[in-house]
Amino acid sequence: MLKERLYDYLLHLGDNSMILGQRLGELCGHGPELETDIALTNISLDLFGQVRNYFQAAAAIKGDGATEDSIAMLRYENEYKNTLLVEQPNDDFAHVIVRQFLFDVYHQLLLKELMSSKDETIAAVATKSIKEVNYHVGFSSTWLKRLGDGTEVSHDKMQEAVNKLWRYSLELFKPTDTEIWAAESGVGADLDQLKPIYLEKIKMFMDEATLGLPEATVFQYGAKSGRHSENMGYILADFQYIQRAYPNMKW
Amino acid sequence: MENKTLSLDDQFQERIDRGENIEAKDWMPEKYRKTHIRQISQHGHSEIIGMLPEGNWISRAPSLRRKVALLAKVQDEAGHGLYLYSAAETLGISRDELMEQLNSGKAKYSSIFNYPTVSWADMGAVGWLVDGAAIINQVMLTKTSYGPYARAMVRICKEESFHQRQGYEIMLSLCNGAGVQKAMAQDALNRWWWPSIMMFGPRDEESPNTEQSMKWKIKKKTNDELRQQFVDQTVPQAEILGLSIPDKDLKWNEERGHYDFGIIDWEEFWNVVKGNGLMNEKRLKDRNAAWDEGQWVRNAALAYSEKQVERKAKKIA
Repeated sequence: MLKERLYDYLLHLGDNSMILGQRLGELCGHGPELETDIALTNISLDLFGQVRNYFQAAAAIKGDGATEDSIAMLRYENEYKNTLLVEQPNDDFAHVIVRQFLFDVYHQLLLKELMSSKDETIAAVATKSIKEVNYHVGFSSTWLKRLGDGTEVSHDKMQEAVNKLWRYSLELFKPTDTEIWAAESGVGADLDQLKPIYLEKIKMFMDEATLGLPEATVFQYGAKSGRHSENMGYILADFQYIQRAYPNMKW
Repeated sequence: MENKTLSLDDQFQERIDRGENIEAKDWMPEKYRKTHIRQISQHGHSEIIGMLPEGNWISRAPSLRRKVALLAKVQDEAGHGLYLYSAAETLGISRDELMEQLNSGKAKYSSIFNYPTVSWADMGAVGWLVDGAAIINQVMLTKTSYGPYARAMVRICKEESFHQRQGYEIMLSLCNGAGVQKAMAQDALNRWWWPSIMMFGPRDEESPNTEQSMKWKIKKKTNDELRQQFVDQTVPQAEILGLSIPDKDLKWNEERGHYDFGIIDWEEFWNVVKGNGLMNEKRLKDRNAAWDEGQWVRNAALAYSEKQVERKAKKIA
C-alpha cells in the first residue's frame, strides 16, 4: 500500500515536468530569438533531468522489469497525472511564458517543501532541482514583466494568455488522494498550505507586469485523476510513437 | 594612392604568410572582409537551419536519455550559431541584417539540411556523417587566418566531435538491435551518404574561390582532399556497424592509399543548392515564421528596457 502510494506520488511529480518539458521541446529551433530558444531548451532539459530521477526511483519501486522509459512512455492516457496547465499548447510566446510562469511559481514552492521530504530520494531530487527552478522562475517572471509592461501589443497578448490559462492554475493545488496521503505522511507537500502563498506571489508578479487576473474564473480540474484535455492524446502520439511502433527494443 | 593600397595588400598577405591572426580592428582588404562575412554567416546560418531537421525528432525521441541528448545537441547548435554570428558581427554586419539575409533566401546555408529526417536512425546518421563531415572542415578552420572565426571554431569543434560520437553511438545501438532497427540504420545511411560527401562542395576544378581562399588561409585543403579524407575515415566505421555504403564503385586503392569512390550526382547537388531540395521551402518557411512571430516579442523587450532606462533617469533626477 505504502509502496503503491509512493509510486503514484512520484508519477504526480514526474508527469508535470515531463509534459511541460515535452511542450518546450516542440519549440526548439522556433523561438523568437536565439537566446530565448536556448533558455527554453535549457528549462526543458532541467525538467527532463528531474523526470528521469523521479522515474528511476519509481521503476525501482515497481520492479518487474520497469524502467524510466516504460514508466514515461508506456502508460495509457488516463494513467498520466499531469495537470491541464502543462498540456496546453504553444499557441504563441505569450502563452508559453504565462504557462511557464504559472507552473514555475508552484514548482518552486513545491520543491522547497519537498527538500525536507521523509523520502530520501524525493528530498535529494528537490534539493538538486530547486536551483534550476529558481532560475526558471527568474526567466519566466522577467519575461512576464517585459511583455506585460512592454508595448501595447505585447500587453494585450499577455493579458489574453493570462485570461485563457489562469483557469488551469488551481488544479495544481487541488490534492488527489495520493497527494493527501503524501502530505499526511511527510513524503509530500501540503498543497492547501501552499495555495495562499502561491496566490499572493502570482498577484505580486502580475501587478509588476501590469497584468490582471481575470475575475469570476471557472477553474478546470480533472487531469491529475486522468481526465485530460484533447491535447493529451496528440502529445502522447508523438511522445510514445517509437516505443509503441517498435515495442521491446533498446535505443 | 594606388601604390599605397597595393603595399597594404602586400603587407596583409605577408602577415598571413607568417601565420599571424588577423583581428577585427586590423586593416584588411575589402574582399577579405566580404568573403569572411559571407563564409562565417553561411556557417552560422547552417547551424541555425540545422536545428530544424534534428528538432523534428525531439518530441518523438525513443527514450528519455535520447531525448535529453538530442535537446542538448540542438541547443549546442543554437550556441554555435550565436558564436558565429558574433564573429560575423566583428566584421561590421548586424544580427538583424544576418537574419534578414537568411530569411529572405539571399544567404546560403549548407544544403544538407534541405534533406528530410524521416526516421529515428536519421538522428544517428546526421550525427555520424553530417557532423563528421562538418568536423573535417571545421578542424581545418581552427587554423584559419581570421582570429574571431578561428577561436569560435576551437569551441565548436569540441562540441561537434561529441555530437559525432553521439550519432555513431545511436547507429551502433540500432545495428546491435533488432532486424528492423538495423534496416532503419541501413536506410538512413543509404539516404545520407551521398549528400554527406557532397557537403565538401564542388570538385576542385569547379570551385572558383579555392585559390584565393587558400592564399588567405581560409582554406588549407581543397574540397576534393577533404572529401577523400572523409571517405577514408568513414568506410571503416561503416564496416564496424556492419552496414554497407551505397556505392558499388567504392574500393580500396592500394596504390593511392585511399578509397576510390563513385561519381557524385552533381545535378542533384546544384538542384538542392538552387532551392529545389525536398525541404528548402519548409526550412525557410519555419525560420521566417519564428522570426515574424517573434517580432512583437523583440519589440516589447526593447520597449521595456527603454522604459527601465527612463525610470532610472527619473529616479536620479
